[in-house]
Amino acid sequence: MTEIPFASVSTFQELSARERLAALLDGGQFRELVGPFDRVGSPWLEPQGLVPQSDDGVVVVRGKTSGHAIVAIAIEAAFEGGSVGEVGGAKIAAALELAAESCRADDPIAALLLLESGGVRLQEANLGLAGIARIQSAIVGLRELAPVVAVVAGPTGCFGGMSLAATLCTWIIGTAHGRLGMNGPEVIEQEAGPDELDATDRELIWKLIGCEARYRQGLIDAFVADNAPSIAKAIGAALAQGVQTPVRLQNAEARLAGLRRDVMPTEAAGTGKVTTGGHRA
Amino acid sequence: MTEHIALSFPAQVPIGRRAHVGVVASGDLEVLLEPLEGKLAEVAVHTKVAGYRMTWEAVFERFFARYPYALRLEIRDYGATPGMVWLRLVQAMEHAGKNGEQ
Repeated sequence: MTEIPFASVSTFQELSARERLAALLDGGQFRELVGPFDRVGSPWLEPQGLVPQSDDGVVVVRGKTSGHAIVAIAIEAAFEGGSVGEVGGAKIAAALELAAESCRADDPIAALLLLESGGVRLQEANLGLAGIARIQSAIVGLRELAPVVAVVAGPTGCFGGMSLAATLCTWIIGTAHGRLGMNGPEVIEQEAGPDELDATDRELIWKLIGCEARYRQGLIDAFVADNAPSIAKAIGAALAQGVQTPVRLQNAEARLAGLRRDVMPTEAAGTGKVTTGGHRA
Repeated sequence: MTEHIALSFPAQVPIGRRAHVGVVASGDLEVLLEPLEGKLAEVAVHTKVAGYRMTWEAVFERFFARYPYALRLEIRDYGATPGMVWLRLVQAMEHAGKNGEQ
């Protein structure tokens, strides 16, 4: 009888936020900041009949990867869809701000963001939005001083305000399971109807907004296999490049011109159909 | 609405370190385990699913009969079955360095 080597199958997407960090950081070692035993959860969920998590679904750690000192942040997709609320948002932003402060004191610390997020946590409304705005400005501040690397590696994907945060990062790494976009497929279907986009059509969705498509569209910088060594290697390579203006943003004008041509194609106008071509050079 | 359940059980053995396992996600739960001074185990359950106090009591009675450690357990539950609760509790004990039964 052949035994299936189940334990040897190493998929990154199935790991929890803390397990992902342990898999990517040197020696699996890290020191957690504002961890679960500090019990800084969201005060807004219980009044709405939801159970808060003791770390608000955001894990912030200090450690090293490929020898680089790093602050690494992982969002737990399983808790409230990886949504960012007041507490989780403050944890992410403060971690990035402290890294920038350390860089200015000649102790450079890069940042790693493992983004699995549906975006702002709707139950926390403007507090979540304000949190994401602060995260975005912290990313822009830190990327002038140290590389800020984002990883989108799971089917929850990265949407809404956190997708904007991802695109502000120095470097974005994706896997075949990841998705990156402003509005998620369900939201598009709900707002524009199933004729615009069928949210149950997984093949179409991954062709449109999956990380492989995003890589070919030039919207992410590296596309790697769904395992920790591949992702860690890509992170190491990104950190080795040091501070730089994100490549994606260097040709912003040209990209905008291309986008205008894309959204208003003369012959396809008015059909209401979404075209599925991944590459739109 | 969420229900809060507080329980306590007699305990004999001190436990060395704390442990954290699980996620507040559909069918799952978060467990925070900490050492407690004295001969008592305290449990605080916060659950999304109200009306199952007797089931929680039965799970913990069985659990502390097997693991009579003086500790504080905080449970944040999102509809886990008793079997899932048991697996998470045993996992937390493993993380706290207690693999076998006492």
